[in-house]
This record gives sequence, C-alpha cells and structure tokens, in this order.
Amino acid sequence: MRTFSVLIRKEFLQLKRNPFMPKLIIMFPIMIMLIMPLIMTMDVRNVNVAVVDLDNSTASRRIASHIDASEYLSLAAVTAEYSEAMNALEEGDADIIVQIPSDFERETAIGGNKRISITANAVNATKGGLGMQYLVQTIARALAEIKGERSPAGITELVTVKNSYNPTLNYRHYMIPALMIMLFILVCGFLPALSIVGEKENGSIEQINVTPLSRFTFTLSKLVPYWLIGMFVLTVAMTVAWLVYGLAPAGSVGLIYFGAALFILVISGFSLMIANFSDTLQQTMFVMFFFIMMFMLMSGLLTPVDSMPDWAQKITYFLPPRYFIDILRSVYLKGTTLADMWQNFTALGVFAAIFNVLATVTYKKQK
Amino acid sequence: MKDIVISVRNLTKKFGSFTAVDNVSFDVRRGEIFGFLGANGAGKTTAMRMLCGLSYPTSGSGSVAGYDIISQSEEIKRHIGYMSQKFSLYNDLTVWENIDLFAGIYGLGRADTKERAVKLLRRLNFEQERDTLVGSLPLGWKQKLAFAIATIHNPEVVFLDEPTGGVDPITRRQFWELIYEATERGTTIFVTTHYMDEAEYCSRVSIMVDGEVRALDTPAHLKQQFAASSMDEVFRTLARGATRGE
Repeated sequence: MRTFSVLIRKEFLQLKRNPFMPKLIIMFPIMIMLIMPLIMTMDVRNVNVAVVDLDNSTASRRIASHIDASEYLSLAAVTAEYSEAMNALEEGDADIIVQIPSDFERETAIGGNKRISITANAVNATKGGLGMQYLVQTIARALAEIKGERSPAGITELVTVKNSYNPTLNYRHYMIPALMIMLFILVCGFLPALSIVGEKENGSIEQINVTPLSRFTFTLSKLVPYWLIGMFVLTVAMTVAWLVYGLAPAGSVGLIYFGAALFILVISGFSLMIANFSDTLQQTMFVMFFFIMMFMLMSGLLTPVDSMPDWAQKITYFLPPRYFIDILRSVYLKGTTLADMWQNFTALGVFAAIFNVLATVTYKKQK
Repeated sequence: MKDIVISVRNLTKKFGSFTAVDNVSFDVRRGEIFGFLGANGAGKTTAMRMLCGLSYPTSGSGSVAGYDIISQSEEIKRHIGYMSQKFSLYNDLTVWENIDLFAGIYGLGRADTKERAVKLLRRLNFEQERDTLVGSLPLGWKQKLAFAIATIHNPEVVFLDEPTGGVDPITRRQFWELIYEATERGTTIFVTTHYMDEAEYCSRVSIMVDGEVRALDTPAHLKQQFAASSMDEVFRTLARGATRGE
C-alpha cells in the first residue's frame, strides 16, 4: 500500500510541476464545452429562398410571406422571371428557388394539380437538404392555412412532426454528450501514454524497471491519476452544459459517472497499451491519432451509426465509444435507466478488462 | 563457494547478427569492488543490463545474489541497486521526494525511510538541498544522490554504469569514498569506468574487448602480467586489438 501511495503521489507531483498540464486539464473542458456547442451545430439557418411567382395571387403571396416569416428561411427575392432567380442561385444570393406556376390558386381551388417546383443548390448538401425540408414544411403550412380559411371545418395538418426527448430538436443537446466523450478521449487517452513514453525517453523508466516493483502496480499507478482527472473533467463539462446551455441529465447523474468511470478505464488502458509498444513520443502520437480518428468519426459521435454502410456498422461494435455515446445520450436526453442499458455497460466493462490486462501483460520490465 | 555473489557462464547477447556480449564467464566475490572495464561499445552496459534483469541473454547462464538471471530476475531486483549511465532519477521531483519514492518502491516503511533519508542527507551534506528539484542540481551531486538512492535498501550488490563520467575530480573522489563505505557494510560493487586511476581502486578488474573478457585479475597482477607500470598501459595494450569502433 505504501508503494502504491508513493507512486500515486509521484504522478500528481509530476503533473503539478508540469508548467502546462494543470492549466490544460482545467481549461480544456471549459473551452471545449463553451465554444464547440456553438459552432458544431448542424441546424441550418438563413436558407435564402428566391420565389418565382408566376401566379401573383393571394396564395402565392401568402407562401412568400410564410417563407419570410420562417425562423430558418429568409426571402432573398421575389421575381416573375425564372432566369433572374437562377442568376441569384448562381451568384450565391439564393440557396433555393421556389417556382409557383401561373393559375396555381385557381387550379388548387377547383382541385386540379398544379405543382410548385423547388430547385435547391445542393453543393452544401446539408444546407440544401435540410433547407428543402424546412421549405416543404413551410409551404405545406401556408397551403393548409389557405385551405382552412376556405372551409374552416376541414383544417388538416399536412405534416405533423413531434420530436420526443429532444423536443426542440436542439442540435447542441445532441452534440454535448459527444463533446464530453471527445474530452475523455483527448485527456484520458493521450495523457497516460505520454506519461509512460515520457519516462521511456528520459530514462527514468529504467530506474523503475530495475526495482522489484510489479508491473501491475506500476500500470495501476499510471491509471488511477488519469481516472480521477477524467472524473474531474466530467464534472466540469456537466456543470458548463447545465449552466450555459441549460442541459441537465434527464436520467441519473450517478449512472453517467458510472459509465464515465468505465469508459475512462477503457480509453486509458488502451492508451497504456499503445505506450508499451512505442519508444518515442512521435510514434505514440501517430498511432494514437489513427485510433482516435476512428473513435471520433466511426462511433456515432458525429454521424449516426445507423446510416453507415453495413460493413462499417460491424466495425463499430469494436469501438468502445460507440457504447458510451449511447449511454450518455440516452441518460442525458431520455433518462434511460441501468436496466435498459446494461448491455452497453457490460460491453464497456469487458473492454476495460481486456485493455487493462493487455496493458499490464505487454509492459516488459526485461527485454 | 558461498562468497560468490555474481556468477556468469558463457553469457552471450546478440542483436540480430551483432554479438554485443560474446561468451563471457566470470565470478564476483562478496564484498569486493569489481571493475568492469572496456572501450566504448565493448559490451559492458549490455552485460550489466543482463545481470540486473533488464535484458534477457541470448544464451548462457548466470546468477546474482543466488538467483538465476533468467527465471528469477524479479528476486534479483530486491537484492541489487543499479545506477545507469544516463541519469535516471526524476528531475521534476525534489531530492527528498526521489528518496521517498524509491524507498517506498523497495518497500521501506514511512518511519524507516525517514530515518535513512535523514542519515543519507547528512552524509552527503545535502540537508539544505532537501527540497531542491533534482533537475537543478549539478551533475556531480546528482550522481552522488543516484548512488545513495541505489543503496537505500541495503542491497547485496550495486551495479554502477560509469558513475563518474563527466564528474569533477573532487566529487569523483567523494564518490569513491561513498563506494568504500558501502563495501565496509559488506556490499559488493560492480562498476564500469573509463578512468584508469579508478581501476586501481578496484579489488579485481576485468577488461572487455569486442564483447569478450580478455583479462581478469587484481590490478597488481594485471600490471605484472602485461609488464606495465599502470592500469592505463594495460588497458591500452588490450584495447589496441579492438576491431569495433566507437
């Protein structure tokens, strides 16, 4: 026990003496949680719409005013010439063109089928796609309103969308759990590896290897400090999410800490294992980056796993963040309980065990 | 045979096609200062690392403090101290913190550690440097501290890899006083050096050339054998035949 306590003390003293590390551990979660949710939003706003009004009727003007009033859309131009709207699209002044055909109002009133046509600039696929959806909803609402005025009895919503759990479909609330995971990966994934390889580079690991210190104790002494730091990072991140974005977990806070505790063990164990196979910081960084790219881009942090190709979905089963992002999003947004998520917790537990056993076994005191 | 502390038979270490240590055999007696000499690249450090349980021999066998160097290396580590060629204490910890760390690793209790550390600091005249970061100490002081920490658990054998490289003559002398004090307590010293005056202080000296031990005897006998007036001459005579460069 004394051996372990002097080792833990040593790790914290070294961290404290590092001119850079303590600041990083405090500033990292604060900065990332403050800035990233603001810019990582995929909400599309200010989609510029050019309306080609060939009808020039109450209905067509109503549609235009609905577009103008929409929070997401803005009316860039109303014209009677398609070519003029096309110019605006090419110049970048408009993202979408809506063409309302002549006699639209009259034909719809008698049940004919004149169609509104929409042309979107899909170079920015997200903006084009989402903008189109917003536009369709807005037009549908305008048409429903017009129809409702004609025969008040038959008001029918053409489209009803209700988003459960994240009622305002706030993209930030969806991204915040992902940002927390990125923080864990950066802090608890990099620091343990850098600490071991740093000792390899300055030679102090040799002085450790020539003592009877067991590799289990040594590995544990590298694991525990970063585990505690990870818990601290989580606390900071959750506080910022709550104070700044008003996002408090719908489920149990204890469950979030439990999941994070397991996940940090997974990622730190992985990091220690990489360190055992690297001799230089360069090598470690390069290998870690490769895996971290996979962890960040393939685990469903940024893009849903369900929309990945089949083969990629199979790979995600081997990526631990996949299980934790599920836990974090569900507990945060839905209030899911342990009983619903036990498979994910088990998966994290298994990964933690595997990586840490490997981290211990691959640590060689004698070569 | 009870007074043999290190025994090595046909020890060989190969890195690919390069034979760093070639079929080396020798014995070291308890309480002696065993000088392990050789030019740069002769294989001294490699041999020493095998004895300390940091490196596996390619072939051959050996024992240190009664334990096998291949199968019982962790046992050996309880009974030896080691000071590597490159200073490897923690530069970002203070003198006291380094002592406390290694004493703790060797399993010394808190009270025991404190007692030994205080004595040690007094012996080294380091009392006022107790809370100085090791990284800011001059090299000679660092080396003395490293030696003190390598012996904090009263090991049977201490391995010193060029402990006085780059150290001034006065500190070098103080360093050798520390070594002598340790042998008085019955500790065996296994030391490599490039200073031939230091070789004269050794009980016995072996000289390695190109991975092989070419001579092994007391300094006096070696001088006689090679009809030389100093160890320096003995060394030159042997090292001249070396085919390995720096």
